[in-house]
Amino acid sequence: MKYLLRYLKPYTKESILAPAFKLVEALLDLLVPVIIADIINNGIRNGDRQYIVIRFVFLIVLAVIGLGFSVTAQYFAARASVGFASSVRENLFKHIQKLSFEKLDEIGTETLITRVTGDVLQVQNGVNMVLRLLLRSPFIVFGSMIVAFTIDVKAAVIFAVSIPVLTAVIYVIMAFTIPMYKKVQEHLDGVLLTTRENITGVRVIRAFCKEAEEVAEFDKKNDALTKMNLFVGRISAVMNPATYVLINIAICILFMVSGRSVNEGKIGQGDLLALYNLMAQMIVELVKLANLIITINKALACADRVSAVLRTEPGMEYPDFDENGNTGNPENGDLRHTAVTFKNVSFAYHGAKDNAVEGIRFEINPGETIGIIGGTGSGKSTLVNLIPRFYDASEGTITVFGRDVKSYKRGELNRIVGVVPQKAVLFAGSIRDNMKFGNENATDEEIYRALELAQAREIVEKKEGALDYMVEQGGKNFSGGQKQRLTIARALVANPKILILDDSSSALDYATDLNLRRALNSLDGKITTVIVSQRTAGIQSADRILVMDDGEIVGCGTHEELLENCEIYAEIHASQRKEGTA
Amino acid sequence: MKKLLRFIGRYKGLFILSLILNIITVLIQLYIPILFGKGIDLIAGKGNVDFGGLHQKIILILILLSASGIFTWVLGIVNNRMTYGIVKQIRAAAIRKLQKLPLSFLDRMGVGDLVSRIITDTDQVSDGLLLGFTQLFAGVVTILATIYFMLRLSPWITLLVVCLTPISFFVSKFIASGTYKMFKLQSEIRGQQTALTEEMVGGARVVHAFGYENRAEERFSEINERLKNASTRAVFYSSLTNPSTRAVNGVIYACVALTGAFMILKGHLSIGGLSILLAYANQYMKPFTDISSVVTELQNALSCADRVFEVLEEPAESEEKPQHLTGVRGAMDIEDVYFSYVKEKPLIENFSLRVNEGTRVAVVGPTGCGKTTFINLLMRFYDVDKGRIFIDGTDIYEVSRRSLRESFGMVLQETWIKNATVRENIAFGRPDATDEEIIKAAKEAHAYSFIRRLPEGLDTVIDDSSLSQGQKQLLCISRVMLTKPPMLILDEATSSIDTRTELKIQNAFEKIMDGRTTFIVAHRLSTIRSADIILVMKDGHIIEQGKHEELLKKGGFYSELYYSQFAGVEI
Repeated sequence: MKYLLRYLKPYTKESILAPAFKLVEALLDLLVPVIIADIINNGIRNGDRQYIVIRFVFLIVLAVIGLGFSVTAQYFAARASVGFASSVRENLFKHIQKLSFEKLDEIGTETLITRVTGDVLQVQNGVNMVLRLLLRSPFIVFGSMIVAFTIDVKAAVIFAVSIPVLTAVIYVIMAFTIPMYKKVQEHLDGVLLTTRENITGVRVIRAFCKEAEEVAEFDKKNDALTKMNLFVGRISAVMNPATYVLINIAICILFMVSGRSVNEGKIGQGDLLALYNLMAQMIVELVKLANLIITINKALACADRVSAVLRTEPGMEYPDFDENGNTGNPENGDLRHTAVTFKNVSFAYHGAKDNAVEGIRFEINPGETIGIIGGTGSGKSTLVNLIPRFYDASEGTITVFGRDVKSYKRGELNRIVGVVPQKAVLFAGSIRDNMKFGNENATDEEIYRALELAQAREIVEKKEGALDYMVEQGGKNFSGGQKQRLTIARALVANPKILILDDSSSALDYATDLNLRRALNSLDGKITTVIVSQRTAGIQSADRILVMDDGEIVGCGTHEELLENCEIYAEIHASQRKEGTA
Repeated sequence: MKKLLRFIGRYKGLFILSLILNIITVLIQLYIPILFGKGIDLIAGKGNVDFGGLHQKIILILILLSASGIFTWVLGIVNNRMTYGIVKQIRAAAIRKLQKLPLSFLDRMGVGDLVSRIITDTDQVSDGLLLGFTQLFAGVVTILATIYFMLRLSPWITLLVVCLTPISFFVSKFIASGTYKMFKLQSEIRGQQTALTEEMVGGARVVHAFGYENRAEERFSEINERLKNASTRAVFYSSLTNPSTRAVNGVIYACVALTGAFMILKGHLSIGGLSILLAYANQYMKPFTDISSVVTELQNALSCADRVFEVLEEPAESEEKPQHLTGVRGAMDIEDVYFSYVKEKPLIENFSLRVNEGTRVAVVGPTGCGKTTFINLLMRFYDVDKGRIFIDGTDIYEVSRRSLRESFGMVLQETWIKNATVRENIAFGRPDATDEEIIKAAKEAHAYSFIRRLPEGLDTVIDDSSLSQGQKQLLCISRVMLTKPPMLILDEATSSIDTRTELKIQNAFEKIMDGRTTFIVAHRLSTIRSADIILVMKDGHIIEQGKHEELLKKGGFYSELYYSQFAGVEI
């Protein structure tokens, strides 16, 4: 929370004024019982009607002024809490944009989304509550005690004793139940998970005839949840009667003590009534305070989670300025340099014991088409993710057009290297917006050229409004194959010097895949292409093919060469086309 | 309501007890201020305190207090028992129902919706409906009792309070309806922001790859600014409810004090009586606000109850037949089968097929041609509209589903992993399997090499996200390897396993398929070339049928598919 306080700074004025106005309102609340006592002690006793009416007007004025103060307080609290939350949210979003892939993997995008959308809102509510109520409740509680002291010291002692006793009772019960509610939540999650599994796995469960077993497992979890709920419920059910009984006992004692004081003439009957009312007011605020503490606790937990994200280092550093001494000129695809060079590169994912790729060395010349093939988990995708510097190599260096990838400014490398990821992701917005994702200034003509290359022109032309057709969130209104072709087009619009296709034609039917490969081959020689594939058919026309196995390059050459001298490649190829057909 | 009564069932006693306890506690809690008021009258002034009477009152208060304390506590426990018990009962009924519901229903509903019906809505039903009802009841009792007690003290002040309190009620309603629009605007903008966040953070890799960060931030800031303005207004205006009603109540309080004081002067009321009326005036509003919130909650709970009952009352699959399919050898006859998911869209029409024992049948064709439907029908996940299916001459609709399904081993395209240990996942179909058998099956499915490398081997707890798609499929294959059923159904089981591993698995499958009737559905032609019969499906019909070579020679749809895969060679 401390970390987040900086975002509250612009709202310092509001954050001070809100509770201040609330305090004044609370003070007015405390005056009410005193005025009532006054009416009884002086007005009624002396039969002074005018006195009573004046006090009545006081009470009305108090209510109106109280309203004014309280509305002002709410206004400042709303401004401060919402303004604070807005700036936290904005900074959080900006920070997430800076996080490296490694950090994104580590935290998980789902979590990050919840932080931005859910947690910040909780913090906002927490701040709002704190500004409005956190000072008010204790003020009324202690204020009642102080007012009691002004009336009668003996009676006030009862206040002084009952406040800590009640606080202790509330605290003990909450200290017991809050952690238990967490456990209840865990149990509930368990029940939820089993329910979910029963639905998603319904075919498998029925195929294996495991219905009875699944029901038994559910019953076990359901029972455990119910038991836990009942147990917690039994304890928290003590809270209300306990505080109620205690406060009324305190009032009984108050009556006994004050009865004597009234008898001795130290205080009037009205004073007793005032004390009685103060006591009642006190318990109401004390219970409010307890609930408030729960809200604050939740908000604090959310605040911690939010600040944890904000404090995460972006994980990747970029130079502030160009290294001018470098001769590499990516804009023209400088032919004096290799397009991509891996020098003894190894890489391990965060938290993984073993390297995902190891001892990688190879060069790609400008204009060359390179195929990369290998089994699941052989490191193909990892390897290509290192080229646009999605991850930093653990060892070794990677250069793009003669320059170390780490010497490129933020965003600069992304303009040179176009990536079509394995999973085709489109965004809500028009097709045009999607196509312009990597190149804001692309013309419709350029977009259509890219669409044509990617075999996606007909998809767009068939849609109503063509480029203006709206893509739904997650690209739901397109099929997997259509999305893949569109993402390929999107990469081509950005006019990259190096194009990486990370197994991105897997959802295409064979004919389309073939046409796509032909189109890419027909491109004029400047675009350097890296194609990752599981199918030899997808890469066999490449200039060179790298064969990956278990994180290492085990073969490099043309299709024919590899068939001759790379056992693994030959095996892959054979597995995809058995006994010499066609 | 009737439906609910059915669920209250054996909790009827608790429900009535809860209502009775509610009445008792409400009455006691309303009566205690009266006793205190009388106490105040006994402490009239200097030298005028009736200590004897006071002691009596206080002892009575203490007795009532302990009674109230105990009753309230018991009430809490009774309510807990009732609500949690009923939630448990509904959920248990729901999960049982789930096992019997036809897949057509489950497929139509969607996972998230069903889960929320079974988990969230049931909570709402018990909390909202039962507690809501008891609260409503308690609220009404409180109002009636309060009015009665007040009337006994002073009809005029009662009239005053009864007439004035609705003002505070209307004020809060007025504010609520005024803020409704602001809240709607706020949630609209928030929805936009959430959508953008989901896209830009969820797709952070693409955003980064295209250097879209700055534009993403701009878009976010724009929405955020709008959200800030809308939220500030919504939060502020909605927070006016409390101070406003408090102010109105303050005015009512003052009026009661004034009238009360004048009545005391006239001798119609005692000071203690005034204190009771003041206490009541303060509390009188509460049951009204309670009731109004309970009513909205009740409405919400009723709609939740409908959602829950929709699941519970959905007709189940037809009863299991007592006969079992036994000693399956695997000959299959499909005669004139018709089937469609939606009546207007016939999918499979006039479908007939004869499969001999031990035949390997490959089903190919473009997406949506009815391949998966074929499996749904074989496993009786769905029932045919017309036509018959025989296994070894027995009509599958004349035997139990269980025995039919046990005759098939199935590996689906969409892998399903239980949140449990690897061992439990593999032994899913045979929980009694020994470790040796499990390891053997895993080895045959080429899954053991990665299982061995998991932190705790077979004992590693896994969930859907802890393994790669390929690894998950290997596990699913291990499951079938362990049960060795007489017939197999493989649905694109190899689509995301690399071809080398796939080759190894195919070897293993060769072994398990040997002598077993097998249906394979796959996009990859290479995996099904060894099939005895290839069924080429298109739009629910078998358009070609035969062996690989025959079909190639025929030069039809199959050969078109086949050549396009390997056309790369000719470039």
